[in-house]
Order: sequence, then C-alpha cells, then structure tokens
Amino acid sequence: MANFDVVFIGGGPAGYTGAIRAGQLGLNVACIESRGSLGGTCLNVGCIPSKALLQSSENYHQVKHKFSEHGIQIGKLEFDVAQMLKRKDGIVSGLTKGIEGLLKKNKVTYIKGKASFVNPNTVKVALTDGGSEEHTAKNFVISTGSSPIELRSIAPFDGKDIVSSTEALTFDKVPEHLVVVGAGVIGLEMGSVWMRLGAKVTVIEALDRVLPPMDGAVSVEMKKILEKQGMNFLLGCKLLKAEKSGKSLKVTYEQEGKSKDLSCDKVLVAVGRRAYTDGLGLENVGIATRKDGKIDVNHHYQTSVAHIRAVGDVIDGPMLAHKADEEGVAVAELIAGKPGHVNYQAIPNVVYTWPEVASVGSTEEELKAKGVDYKVGKIPFMANGRARCFGETDGFVKIIADAKSDKIIGAHIIGPNASELIAELVIGVEFSASAEDIGRSSHAHPTLAEVMKEAALAVDKRALNF
Amino acid sequence: MAVEVKMPNVGESVQEGVIHKWRVKSGDFVNRDDVLVELETDKATVEVVAENSGVITIVKKQGETVAVGDVMASLDTDAKGSTAAKESTPASSKPSEKAEVKLPPPPTSSSTAPAAQSDLSPAARRITEELGVNPSQIVGTGKDGRLTKGDVIAHVESGSSKPQSGSNQANAASQPSPVKASLGSSAILGARSERREPMSMIRKRTAERLVKAQETAAILTTFNEIDMTNVMKLRNDYKDKFKEKYGVGLGFMSFFMKAAIEALKTFPAVNGWIEGNEIVYHDYYDIGVAVSSNRGLVVPVVRNAERLSVAELEMAVGDYGKRAKDGKLTIDEMTGGTFTVSNGGVFGSLMSTPILNPPQSAILGMHKIQERPVVVGGQIVIRPMMYVALSYDHRIIDGRESVGFLVKIKECVEDPSRILVGV
Repeated sequence: MANFDVVFIGGGPAGYTGAIRAGQLGLNVACIESRGSLGGTCLNVGCIPSKALLQSSENYHQVKHKFSEHGIQIGKLEFDVAQMLKRKDGIVSGLTKGIEGLLKKNKVTYIKGKASFVNPNTVKVALTDGGSEEHTAKNFVISTGSSPIELRSIAPFDGKDIVSSTEALTFDKVPEHLVVVGAGVIGLEMGSVWMRLGAKVTVIEALDRVLPPMDGAVSVEMKKILEKQGMNFLLGCKLLKAEKSGKSLKVTYEQEGKSKDLSCDKVLVAVGRRAYTDGLGLENVGIATRKDGKIDVNHHYQTSVAHIRAVGDVIDGPMLAHKADEEGVAVAELIAGKPGHVNYQAIPNVVYTWPEVASVGSTEEELKAKGVDYKVGKIPFMANGRARCFGETDGFVKIIADAKSDKIIGAHIIGPNASELIAELVIGVEFSASAEDIGRSSHAHPTLAEVMKEAALAVDKRALNF
Repeated sequence: MAVEVKMPNVGESVQEGVIHKWRVKSGDFVNRDDVLVELETDKATVEVVAENSGVITIVKKQGETVAVGDVMASLDTDAKGSTAAKESTPASSKPSEKAEVKLPPPPTSSSTAPAAQSDLSPAARRITEELGVNPSQIVGTGKDGRLTKGDVIAHVESGSSKPQSGSNQANAASQPSPVKASLGSSAILGARSERREPMSMIRKRTAERLVKAQETAAILTTFNEIDMTNVMKLRNDYKDKFKEKYGVGLGFMSFFMKAAIEALKTFPAVNGWIEGNEIVYHDYYDIGVAVSSNRGLVVPVVRNAERLSVAELEMAVGDYGKRAKDGKLTIDEMTGGTFTVSNGGVFGSLMSTPILNPPQSAILGMHKIQERPVVVGGQIVIRPMMYVALSYDHRIIDGRESVGFLVKIKECVEDPSRILVGV
C-alpha cells in the first residue's frame, strides 16, 4: 500500500502525459492501466495504428494510380496485408514500450490492473497478473478515456464481421464490400484504408453531409474527392439493421422514407465514442456521470469531489488525443499548485484521409449562427507550385478572420499534408494573430505552406498568386 | 487564477474609505476596466475598476470601511465566458475539500508589460508604424499581454490615440513609405518621448463636471472693468490693524464676495438654477471660492456668506486655502454652493471666461490688477484696473441681468461704502 500525491487512472494520452508532467514537478505519481500496454486508444487501437495502415495503403495507391504520371512503370504490383498489419503492430509496440520507459524516467509507478474506487481516498486495483492491491492518494485523476459506441439493437458487434474501429484495423484480408456506418473521421479514415487496397466501400450517414462538425466547404470538397477515389455515399440514410444472411451480411437502411438493403461482407460501425467509466466505482465516491457518460468538471478539472479530477475523453470537449494530453499536463500543473490552462479555441482537428483535412477555431457555419462579422480568404492548392510538383492539387486553405480586428478565428484546410500545415495557424490562433500577421510572414518557396500565406492575404483581398 | 481587488491608494492623505455601492455582485463575470465598486473617502467618491477580466467574489460588503490595501474582492481570471461549459462547478465542490489543493500563485505583471516595437507581430508592427501610435501605450489582449492588430485598431477607434499623420492615403501620399519615414525620423528629430499618468480623482471629477457644464448650459460671458483705486486705499489703510485684530490678511476676495452678494440680491436668477422645468431661487448665499491645490482646482463653499463680516469671510477663505493645500477638505465642504468666485488674477490672468460649476448658473472671474491709462473726468489718468468676467447660463439669466449684475459689482467694489449703505 502506497500513499501517492496523485494517481492517474488510465494510461492513455491524458493519463500518461499527465503522469509524466506530475513526475517532472516532483510529485509521487502512479499510473494505473488495465489494457496491458500504455498509450490508450490512440496508440493501441486508434490514431497510430490507423495512420500506419493509412500510410501503407496510400503508398500502394500512389504506386498504382499516380506513378505512371511521373513516368514510372511498375510491372506487377502486389501487396501483402499480413506484412502491413505486422508493420503496424511493430510501430504500436515500439511506441507503447517507449512510454513505459518515459514513465520510468520520470519516476512514475506503473500499475497494471483495473482500478475501482473504494472510498474517496482509496482505489482497489485488480491486478492484470492476478490478485489485487489498494492504493491511497491525495489526488486522483480519472483519465479512462472512451470506447466505440455500439448499436446493440440493430448492429451488435460480433468481433469479426460487424465491428468497431478496433477490429477494422486487423482485417486479415481486404473486404470485398465494406459498409461504413457514420461519415465521421474514423469512418472515412478506415474506409479509405480498405478502399485503397481494393474494397468497395459504401458509407451510410444519417446527416446530409460528410464530416459533420467540419466547415461546410470542407465537407463538400471532401465528399467530391472521395467519390472521385471511388467511395460511395448514402447520405441522409438511416441504418435500420445489419445482420448475417448466409455467408454475407445484409444491411438494411432507410432512404427518403423507403427501406432499402444491400449486401456486404463487413460492417464498420463508426458512429462515435462514449466516455468509458465502467467498473470505476464512481458510485462509491458519489461522482455522477451524465446521460452521455461524461463526468462534469470545473475549470480546474475537479469533479464533485474536489481532489478527484477528470481529464480527456471522459469530460466535455472533442475526443482528441492532443486535447487529452494538454489537459493531462494542465491537471498535473494544477495539482502541483501551478497555473494550468488549456486554450480550447486553439486545438486543431485532423482527418487523415488523402488529401488530409485539418482545422482550428470556428467554422463559417458557427460564425454565421453566432452573427459574427467575418472575412474569408480561400486559396486552392491548384494555385501552388509545390502542390503541382507533388501532383496533389485537390483542396484548399480557408482562413476566417474577424471583420474588424482581422484576428484569425478559424482555419480550414483540405489538401496534401494539411495535418502538418495547420500547426502554423494553431500558433497563430494561440497568439491572437491577425490574418495580416500570417500574410506578412515569409514562407519558404516553393512550399505547400505558401497557400497559407496566400489565403491570409486573400482575407484582405490581396492574394498575390491567385 | 485568483486576483485580489484591493482598496487603491487614491490620495496622499486618504487612508480608508467606505464601500458606498457595489456595481457588480458575486458570481458576475466582469471585463477589464468595468467599474466594480464606488468608494466614499473623505475627499471624493472613487470608482475602482477591474484590472483583469474574470468572475468576481465580493469580500467586503456595502457600508464596510476598508483601509488602503485591504482586499475588497477577488477575481477568478480562469473562469472565462468562452469556456462556459467548463465553468459548471459541481455543486458539492466544497471549499473545505479544496484545502489540500494549493492555489496557483498570483499572476505576474507580464500582462501589462509594454510591447517593444521589435517584439510586435508583423501586422501590429505595420499598423502602429502606419498610424503613428506608440505600442507601449496600448494594452495588449493577446497571449501574455501581447499586442494584436485588433488591439491597435480598437485603441485608435476608441479615440485614445489619433493617428499622427491623418489617413492612410494621406500618409502614403506624403511619405515615401512608412519604413523609410521611421528610419529618417530618428536622424531629424530630437527626443520624442511621452509620459502617461493616470488622472487623479480630482482631475477626473473636474473634467467630468466641466464637460457636463459645457453640454448642459448655454454659457455666455460678459465683461467689465473695475477701478480698484478706492478699495486698494481702503485695504492699505486698514490692513495692519485688520491683521492685528483678526490674524488674517485683508484681501480683495472678501470685498468681491460682499459685492457679489449685493448683486445676487439684486438679480436673484444669478443665485438660482434650473431643475427640470423649474427655476430654483435660493434665499441664502453659499459662495464657492475656487482655490488651487497641488492636486487640482477645488471649490470649497462659504455657507450663508451674506451673514459673515469681511473678517469672517477672509478667515473662512484663508482656512479653506490652507486646508486645500494640505488636502484636508471634506466632501461636504466642497459640495453645494449657489454661486462661485474664481480669482485667476493670482496667476496673472488678465482676462478669461470661467466655466460654470454645475448646477450653478453663474461664476464670477476676478483677474490681475494692472495699472492702465484710463479717462476720468476728461483726463487720462493712471489707475489700477481689473477686468471682471461673469459667465452665466443664458437659459435663465438674460443679458440685461448679467450686465446689470457685473455693473453692480463694479459699483460696489469701486465704492465700498455702497455695500455699507446697501445701495
């Protein structure tokens, strides 16, 4: 039995990052994780493995469809799904072990097991290796993350054919026809992976647009590009049922009031994620969860029990690894008596389709609804020299600035390497930059980043190369 | 982050004040520069503004006495309007449970650090140079107090700073480029430093009142001149005896006050003021005497001056003058008054147009006594002369009355026996 200054329950981006920061600040820290490896959803079954497969499949797609344009001919092109999965698993295990090393380096006690509150100062851990132990701490941080939402009544997960994103990362062969339920980030990313490797992909989305929370212009462009790549969309359609029908699956959906069905061999349900607090014993400490499973906290991440805090996917805000790790750092600093703060206006959001989508700040639709007076600068990658050299001219950069102060209040990119390009505008938002600030900063030539500068100039209607 | 709102140091002799009125309540979100509380000190009413934005918790209640430096409230600067979702503190988050949680340290003063030109963002640098505004005089709202382009625009639009060289277009036409202009300027011009200091409470109040007077009343000024020969002779004849008997010097102020009271009796409107649709006439004569103090002009009031002798008037004025210099006048002593006498002559003013002290309807301006050639009985003679001015609210005082009033003063001062006789 040990008495810790702080115990992080959950070793995902929020928990392990917070634990490292707390260790740096000289606190006696423990991090409890039941998965068997650190890094949470992101590292084990989310961001990292999906990006590994996205890269493998995109490489194949590039060779198959784009190399000939460069004058490169390849005779017989083959790919090996098993090798792709092996490579992915190698990346994941390398990174998760790396985190174990980081915890050690920062003197964080890593406890493998599942924690449950006994009382407000004690957790009981059912150890992965058997047995259990109790730990007390002055502070607890709930960083247990989230899990995929299951449509239990109409499309229950079977772990093989009707699956969540976790299993969609481990298909041992390319599906013939993959139906993706939900046109959000996960659905489009995983749909892209298997589509590039040859699967027919049909996306069913209840709303009338893809990537619903993104800027409207991005959604329109994304759908257009993915359709060009061969993805099928059934927008405004509601899934009614997915079930086994002989050797294949029968998917029934409602379109304009009529029931329709199609046949496929895999169904990926990617309709969102739900805060995960199962078995945490919150009832023993009097912490309530909301209807959506999330835990209410104040701006110091304190739950209704002040020394038990919560960060990451279990609290409000976008379920993003980098949002979670910012909160992990902030909560560690707050516990150590330092000012900790997360600027929620400056958290980027990325979709790793190809081309990629990245955004920060408000969308045009949000600003319109709020009645904010704004200006927009939008430049297509087609106008950029480097993009043409890459042969990647789809997409645009759209910068939205306050009409009066010129402050950047939103930025939306769809295009090559959008995930990396957005960082410049995140710094801009963080430092209250005006569009003119970006427009007056030198950007190397020729780079994709020049589109950012041009879009910033376009806010003031003075783009130089468009 | 919690920031304390303390009772500010409002004046050299003010040690404490009473909380007159909170303009906000606990839990309110206040923006920087919002007025939080009105404090009553023995000098003046002081408004305390928020130095940071945040959610306020009031510590000292209305009516409580606070000393300089006392914490009156605290501001939680982390609780921003934009993160409203995060603000919902769970109901059972009791202070006692927070005992273990160390509070973050108070903020550093970095948020008010002036921005050096070289540290500005490109757009902020461009716009400050183009508009000729000094970045160190603008409060930055960016991260850690950095100046943004929007801050400069808001600053210029608020009228806090006028662009030095007109519009952009004019600038572009008259100067080769902002960059060149700034390079050249250091070679051509000498030091161009500026200083900014907060207005003292008295200066602020004076400014407000003067502008209010200009906005409300129809102010007009009439002039006359007074031959001071007789009153000067009178003063010379009796000043030693007077000093001996009363312990104060015999000045001209008391004669002018006496003369003014006679004139006010003759022209009651000058001693009145407008309230709504009515004219309030005063049957008493509370005469404000403008005296200078090192903190600005103050106007203590001599009550029922009509009942005071010359000696009592001199004593009252002398006492006020001395206490004004020591900063010891009370608010009561400086409020009210039905008419004001201001003597710019002590500073050498030959002629001026005083501004009304609202809600009063008139003010008499005395000036410097200067020997001038005047014609008396067909002869050019040298006489000690003083110009006098009466600024008045034309809404209730007609030109005939104002001129008659000043003539009455002239007659009384030129021939003080008229005061004695009452004609």
